[in-house]
Amino acid sequence: MATLELRGIRKSFGAVQVLHGIDLQVAEGEFIVIVGASGCGKSTLLRIVAGLETATEGSVLIGGADVTRLEPKDRDIAMVFQNYALYPHMSVFDNMAYGLRIRGLPRAEIEGRVRRTAEMLGLGDLLRRKPRELSGGQRQRVAMGRAIVREPKLFLFDEPLSNLDAKLRVQMRAEIKRLQRRLGVTSLYVTHDQVEAMTLGDRLVVMNEGRAEQVATPMEVWREPANTYVAGFIGAPAMNFLHGRLCEEGHAVDLRAGPAIALAAPPASATEAEVTVGIRPEHVRVVGNGAAGAIPLKVDLVEPLGAESLIHGILPSGEGLTVRASDCSPLAGTTLPIVLPAEHLHLFGGDGRRLRLAHARGAAAPVRVGA
Amino acid sequence: MRKKVIFPQLGLPYLLLLPQLAITVVFFFLPAGQAIWFSFLRQDAFGIRTEFVWFENFVELFQDPLYLDSMWVTLVFSFWVTLLSMSVALGLAVLADRHIRGATAYKTLLIWPYAIAPAVAAVLWIFIFHPQIGLLGKFLNGIGIKWDYKLNGTQALITVIVASAWKQVSYNFLFFLAGLQSIPRSVLEAAAIDGASPARRFWTVVFPLLSPTTFFLLVINLTYAFFDTFGVIDALTKGGPAKATTTLIYRAYIDGRVNLDLGSSSAQSVVLMLAVIALTAVQFRFIERKVHY
Repeated sequence: MATLELRGIRKSFGAVQVLHGIDLQVAEGEFIVIVGASGCGKSTLLRIVAGLETATEGSVLIGGADVTRLEPKDRDIAMVFQNYALYPHMSVFDNMAYGLRIRGLPRAEIEGRVRRTAEMLGLGDLLRRKPRELSGGQRQRVAMGRAIVREPKLFLFDEPLSNLDAKLRVQMRAEIKRLQRRLGVTSLYVTHDQVEAMTLGDRLVVMNEGRAEQVATPMEVWREPANTYVAGFIGAPAMNFLHGRLCEEGHAVDLRAGPAIALAAPPASATEAEVTVGIRPEHVRVVGNGAAGAIPLKVDLVEPLGAESLIHGILPSGEGLTVRASDCSPLAGTTLPIVLPAEHLHLFGGDGRRLRLAHARGAAAPVRVGA
Repeated sequence: MRKKVIFPQLGLPYLLLLPQLAITVVFFFLPAGQAIWFSFLRQDAFGIRTEFVWFENFVELFQDPLYLDSMWVTLVFSFWVTLLSMSVALGLAVLADRHIRGATAYKTLLIWPYAIAPAVAAVLWIFIFHPQIGLLGKFLNGIGIKWDYKLNGTQALITVIVASAWKQVSYNFLFFLAGLQSIPRSVLEAAAIDGASPARRFWTVVFPLLSPTTFFLLVINLTYAFFDTFGVIDALTKGGPAKATTTLIYRAYIDGRVNLDLGSSSAQSVVLMLAVIALTAVQFRFIERKVHY
């Protein structure tokens, strides 16, 4: 167990810079999930922490000690790889015992530790098997066991669930979370899957093109995304973005798609009138015909999910909008009146950054401004 | 499952197979059959009288102490050629597998010796081992070690072993390099994170994972040392001194082409042929099983 600190990590491969200065502080026992689309540099960052890549600039501190120049073997970390990276010629037991043997632990202790870990992971009966005789989920468990048995300061996970089928993924996700809680080992977990990120992480690092766009708890990231990238990346289906214009000295936003909507308070940092208005599909409210301030949504496609439906439609401004609604499945081609509640609007400036309101946002009912 | 192609006419598949079959028949089955036939015959040196002698050629062969000697020479020679060429190739492949500057040029250079004819290779080695004009030979004599592979049987054997092994290093290098590159990088990284030093990683992870390649090359190299080293031996030592470098294949040549004893030479060829068949059988039996993943 240890803290982890990254200071100004930069990495270039030749002329291409893939990490543009990442800073991160991880508390003891914290579970940090690094999430981002493929190619955002998240795996490279993890490999720098592991010591498999060398940072061009910046330093890595584990437990307060600078390990930037140390080899992976001297960092006291364990890593679970996407393809598990089990030693194909060794039995499950030998796979797990490998690191312990290298450290020269007594035979009896190795035996004890491997058996205990294997029992904990439900691998007790498989110790004599070779990796090729195991299923995907079992291999994944062995890879976890190999990491756990070493009792390292830090766990690193590089998309460990990507090679599993959907059902197993959900199951292993819960298992990883439970294990991490139980062992209390500081963990860094890389994934491109936002559901994994939301469910596993104590805090998320949302990465985009080599930058950490936001570092916050999953609920913070969801409730107050720092910019349009984070807002669009976290949440499924993705947040809707509409064109808007601040009016009445910032007390309302005039949507290109329809009416102006009064805000609880003007944005504190707005420098221009043009804004991007974000609203999550689940926050769009379907109202009755003729309701005040309703915007007509021309329904284009309906995807029933069982308990609810995803309604894709076109606003009068030509902008697309997705609505997630229960008890409502209109026919394609019909028109659905909807309302965008002010308390659920996210405002973003021209540079894509979130515009914070001057005061804490109240739960004010939407106030219609103008006709 | 491979898809079964169904030809409308019966003739076409045979027509397509014909070139391959013709080559195999003309260059393998006919000579091999002839060798087997000749091994049962005894002919005088002028080819006038021929006598069918059943297995007498073989019996004589295995009673000839010189033949048993050359069998021993062959074993020693093959063992060292194989060991030397494979270990050097593996070492070079491990080095080339690292990300080094100019790796492509380095790899190309390493592959060249394979393209050199055995006799030419032997001439190159004369320039190194010759006691008067060879670089190494002159040097050894200069520091007081009596070096003359034309007089000393052991030195002659060393010379042909080194020259033959050198020729095969390129081939082994290619296979070892391919083998190394097929080992998933993450497995090596996992071992590094588990705390294994590079040497330990090599012996506990890389080498076991290379074992199918190693086994394949072992068979190929033994076959090479047994049968394909004639040119090197002929150009360097001509089987001498005092038959110290006369391997089975070289003896078969001497008896057949020089001593014109076709019966005995054919019998020796048949023995060698059986050895190849045995080696190949072993290879197929094991290679199928020894794959790790």
